[in-house]
Amino acid sequence: MSDLVKVNVDGVEVEVAPGTTILQACEEAGAEIPRFCYHERLSIAGNCRMCLVNVKNGPKPVASCAMPVAPDMEVDTKSEAVQAAREGVMEFLLINHPLDCPICDQGGECDLQDQAFGYGVDESRFQDNKRAVENKNMGPLVKTIMTRCIQCTRCVRFATEVAGVPEIGAIGRGEDMEITTYLEASLSSELSGNVIDLCPVGALTSKPYAFTARPWELKKTETIDVMDAVGSNIRVDTRGREVMRILPRNHDDVNEEWLSDKSRFVWDGLNTQRIDSPYIRKEGKLEAVSWSEAFEVIAQKLKGQESNTAAISGDLACAEGMMALKDLMSQLGSPHLECRQDGAQLPSNGNRANYLFNTGIANIDDADALLIIGSNPRREAPVLNARIRKRWVAGNFPIGIIGQDEDLTYPATHLGNGAETLAELASGKGSFFSILKKAKRPMLIIGQSALAREDGLAVLEAAIELATQSKMVSDDWNGFNVLHSAAARVAGLDIGFTPQEGGHDLEGILAGATSGDVKTVFLLGADELDMSRLGDSYVVYVGTHGDAGAHRADVILPGATYTEKQAIYVNTEGRAQMTEQAAFPPGEAREDWKIFRALSEVLGEKLPYDNVETLRARMFETAPFLAGLDELTDAGMPDVSSLTIKVPLSDAPFMNNAQDFYFTNPIARASKIMAECSIQAQARNISEGTGTDG
Amino acid sequence: MLQDSDRIFKNIYGPDGADLASAKKRGDWDNTKGLLAKGRDWVIEEVKASGLRGRGGAGFPTGLKWSFMPKENDGRPHYLVVNADESEPGTCKDRDIMRHEPHKLLEGCLLAGFAMGAHACYIYVRGEFIREREALQRAVDEAYDAGLLGKNACGSDWDYDIYVHHGAGAYICGEETALIESLEGKKGQPRLKPPFPANVGLYGCPTTVNNVESIAVAPTICRRGASWFSGLGREGNTGTKLFCISGHVNKPCNVEEEMGIPLKELLEKHAGGVRGGWDNLLAVIPGGSSVPMLPKEICDTVLMDFDSLKEVQSGLGTAAVIVMDKSTDLVKAIARISHFYKHESCGQCTPCREGTGWMWRVMERIAKGQAKPQEIDTLLQVTKQIEGHTICALGDAAAWPIQGLFRHFRPEIEARLNGHASQEAAE
Amino acid sequence: MSVRRVAENQPDDFSFTKENISWAKKQIAKYPKGRQASAIIPLLWQAQKQAGGWLPEPAIRYVAEFLDMPNMRAMEVATFYTMFNLEPVGEHFVQLCGTTPCWLRGADTLKDVCRKVIGEQNTVTDDGKLSWLEVECLGACVNAPMVQINDDFYEDLTAEWFEKILLDLKRGENVPSGPQTSRKASEPEGGRTVLKSIEGDA
Repeated sequence: MSDLVKVNVDGVEVEVAPGTTILQACEEAGAEIPRFCYHERLSIAGNCRMCLVNVKNGPKPVASCAMPVAPDMEVDTKSEAVQAAREGVMEFLLINHPLDCPICDQGGECDLQDQAFGYGVDESRFQDNKRAVENKNMGPLVKTIMTRCIQCTRCVRFATEVAGVPEIGAIGRGEDMEITTYLEASLSSELSGNVIDLCPVGALTSKPYAFTARPWELKKTETIDVMDAVGSNIRVDTRGREVMRILPRNHDDVNEEWLSDKSRFVWDGLNTQRIDSPYIRKEGKLEAVSWSEAFEVIAQKLKGQESNTAAISGDLACAEGMMALKDLMSQLGSPHLECRQDGAQLPSNGNRANYLFNTGIANIDDADALLIIGSNPRREAPVLNARIRKRWVAGNFPIGIIGQDEDLTYPATHLGNGAETLAELASGKGSFFSILKKAKRPMLIIGQSALAREDGLAVLEAAIELATQSKMVSDDWNGFNVLHSAAARVAGLDIGFTPQEGGHDLEGILAGATSGDVKTVFLLGADELDMSRLGDSYVVYVGTHGDAGAHRADVILPGATYTEKQAIYVNTEGRAQMTEQAAFPPGEAREDWKIFRALSEVLGEKLPYDNVETLRARMFETAPFLAGLDELTDAGMPDVSSLTIKVPLSDAPFMNNAQDFYFTNPIARASKIMAECSIQAQARNISEGTGTDG
Repeated sequence: MLQDSDRIFKNIYGPDGADLASAKKRGDWDNTKGLLAKGRDWVIEEVKASGLRGRGGAGFPTGLKWSFMPKENDGRPHYLVVNADESEPGTCKDRDIMRHEPHKLLEGCLLAGFAMGAHACYIYVRGEFIREREALQRAVDEAYDAGLLGKNACGSDWDYDIYVHHGAGAYICGEETALIESLEGKKGQPRLKPPFPANVGLYGCPTTVNNVESIAVAPTICRRGASWFSGLGREGNTGTKLFCISGHVNKPCNVEEEMGIPLKELLEKHAGGVRGGWDNLLAVIPGGSSVPMLPKEICDTVLMDFDSLKEVQSGLGTAAVIVMDKSTDLVKAIARISHFYKHESCGQCTPCREGTGWMWRVMERIAKGQAKPQEIDTLLQVTKQIEGHTICALGDAAAWPIQGLFRHFRPEIEARLNGHASQEAAE
Repeated sequence: MSVRRVAENQPDDFSFTKENISWAKKQIAKYPKGRQASAIIPLLWQAQKQAGGWLPEPAIRYVAEFLDMPNMRAMEVATFYTMFNLEPVGEHFVQLCGTTPCWLRGADTLKDVCRKVIGEQNTVTDDGKLSWLEVECLGACVNAPMVQINDDFYEDLTAEWFEKILLDLKRGENVPSGPQTSRKASEPEGGRTVLKSIEGDA
């Protein structure tokens, strides 16, 4: 292209787009530029001055992160003058930085430490006392050692720009400038943990991880998060079989490099409340037994009642586990399958476009209007919410909301509370309809709160209708989006873990269990049900934690969590991703599919696979899109023709799931860290509710 | 010596009343409409031709600065922002303009704003100047009442609003982009440049920030003509200038003089001479605390203008002349200036945030004789590590006074430190 | 600049008086729509005046809310600008310029007076009348040494005269501001060297 700008970096010529910064051009040319304040996903601060370079004929060195290239610019990054300038800056950073690397959790992964090797000098010329800065409370997740702070303001910019909760600031000025929250209040953003990664030094570190491990002694496993349906890419660090911490991995199209606090800090929940052996309830009390004993009991119970068995899968179930359970149920002759434990009226037949986040997370960047229906993306998918916010920050992005009017970190016009408003829009009325209609790439997001109700299908129909009416869906743009909150849900729908011919749905299963028609219920990690409605049915709980399901169970079979198995999850976009095993499951626990495979043998209904590859081959036959890992397949257009509406739209408002963000699943509920966060959040809500000023 | 008739600020000392009627008697607001009728370009050309250089310290040609504003409005409003955050130690001239000659400033705001296509002007007065702010506001109110400002200002068909704004104690807000940040309701932390304010300034709109004195002389330049102004002083250093003479002179004062007046003449004619006589002079800081000091030998002959002072490795700055006689402990004098910069560093960028404190601490120890002679080299290297490496010029301003001190007085200071060292050794 | 913190003892709440609310609205009207944050310094300043010379923490929150800006941003502003007193001050708050031009002309002797009459910096006299703080250049250098007491400058001071001023203020007497010698404004002592023909009414 002719409008590229030619730049010479240390004799290497590169062509870059106009507006590119010198720093980016240098990277293009292979010249590494040290930096502390610069971060490609934050606004440019230009304050650390570490990235100084010389530009030919320039009066003084320039901060390369902040200066755009000019045609035929000659940049020098390696000369003595540049080295001296950086050494100067490094010396300034170090004079007031403590020499406590040996006891600093950032040690081994500290930008300052690393750069000091290149630009530090071995002798201190600073004769005076180092500055000491009081530590600040930031809550249960972020530990502060503020004497180490180099005032790069990455955390301030992250909170303000990305998280959209401007709760971190720099007070005072000059050498007494200090990073803090308002009166040291705990951080309230669901994304707060990201400031730990962003902090280039050890000023902000992980409080739960403090002093537990050194980075070089940890085994690092690249895998996928399941705390929500975003499918954030993560790295799980383990020592032995214990998960020590969870960090985000960059995936531009999914989570960029952010991670929600629940995904990051839930790890202590992986180690507590674990089911490590099969159990049988004998005279009301659970008793540890061997696998064979447990299987035997189940076999006896099922005998003759095979078709009166039902299976409900939970929010953390992997595709492999659901596939094996589905096959087992099919061999037993039971059609009663359900993966929508919250009662969401998501269509189970064929058209993926009816239940996917079709736009794709990354393409939110290209949308130009948004309608949110019955969802709080901030709680249900914090990282995806940050993407919406990013789009909003870029400007010209009207956002409307139907349902509860909550603080989403960006302003949204509240259009109405429920289906009435949606129906009105779908019929082409209202000013927001004109906004959607006028937009070139409008999108809507419908959440589970709008679907997990009796009239859910009618709501879905109205939403699809609106999408069609407002031209949200065309050949090159699909603006119809279902936002899931359960990591297991899309795979469940994809492989058809839903009522088969003549089968009960959730309501049917629960009603049947209450009435006694359904004799046995398999719960595959399903803990968020109303257990009281299981009546006198015989409950087999396959799962990982001693939560509601295990409490109710007659037999418990210990499964593996997402960090303990290699398994496929499909995120809300329909993107299949595979977790990797970071640690072994505890005690007797096994991967879910292996449990069902073993059980099938005892039941005399042996499943036709001996290894996971065969299972997956079978799964890919059922749901081919699961085979293309990390690929998005165009699901086509949503359509209403396949929907069988039984309950018409009601005028009840869409009420967002009031479930505590920190307590949405059994792992989170087992986490002490999440419990602490929850207490803080509740205290915040109370004080905000009553108000503090008159 | 400058004739009284060539002095722009005839009421700089204030006996004649700052009110509109008195100001009009002195020639302010006289047919401003006629000046505006000559058009934007005429005003800019006149100021350019006058050779006026910015009076806030940097000395950038004022007319040229105005010409950087976009010629066409792209839909964004243009702003004139007047920098009345007068805080450079030694400087107190804008204060006198605001309290005694406010109408010169206001008329200048209208002319300058008109020339750059602005309909709104903010005057940012330092927070401590409470009475000055009140005086200025009184003048603004008078001007509105008389139809000189507001809709159809002076009957020119040009709508023009002036708002008086204020700070709350931060020297850095005298830096133009920090001032803009502050005016937007934030901490006064300088912005990265580019973009420059003429493209992206106040509220993201084209903005020019000018010093009070630069703006206040514009009406007289337009009225008396560029050639009158450029006929005073010498090429590149034209016109008249308000000098502030403080420190060890017999009669400290402000005075408007011709650019290029010899320093000695300035001090002796207007400030009663150096305390104890010219030979009792030790050093002079000729342009506010930011510029390097000059020893007596240079003061004997140096002329007070931009280029002459640059030649002797100092600067005219704000023309605030701080005189120090032989009783002065120069190290203490500069250490106090170092304290000032440490206190006023905004803390944003590393070299200034960390360097100003470092320099001050070393200066304090040198002043107390508690430093080793070799620390002087370290100190000078630190000044070099700051200079040119910061976002704004505060870093340079903190470095230069120290460099100036050691450039001219190093042997004396070394002798002092050695004296201390040997004394200690003896004890 | 030293570390600045909000005072330990704070009032429960703060809100503007009716007059100040309408005053604040007029201030906000100076700035374009949506740019109300521009008014934060004037509003905090007014809050400080209303609260008796210092800025209580609830006032920072109140102003933030008034201007629809995050509390944290208001706290940054309140702690960045040194004229916001985060702790109570005396009824007559003395800001003593200690920067070089004043120092050259005896600011240190004025500090001694402060210590003698008032005590250490940032302490309020028992009667609540006086407190003092050394500040940086106040911009009246040709009238050095000088102090600012509340809204007014007191210039061309000597230690003796300054002590008298402080004692007068303590006694509740009115003390005229400006140069404390016979000179007018910034003209040289003993009469102007220029512009002698301009007499005016003064």
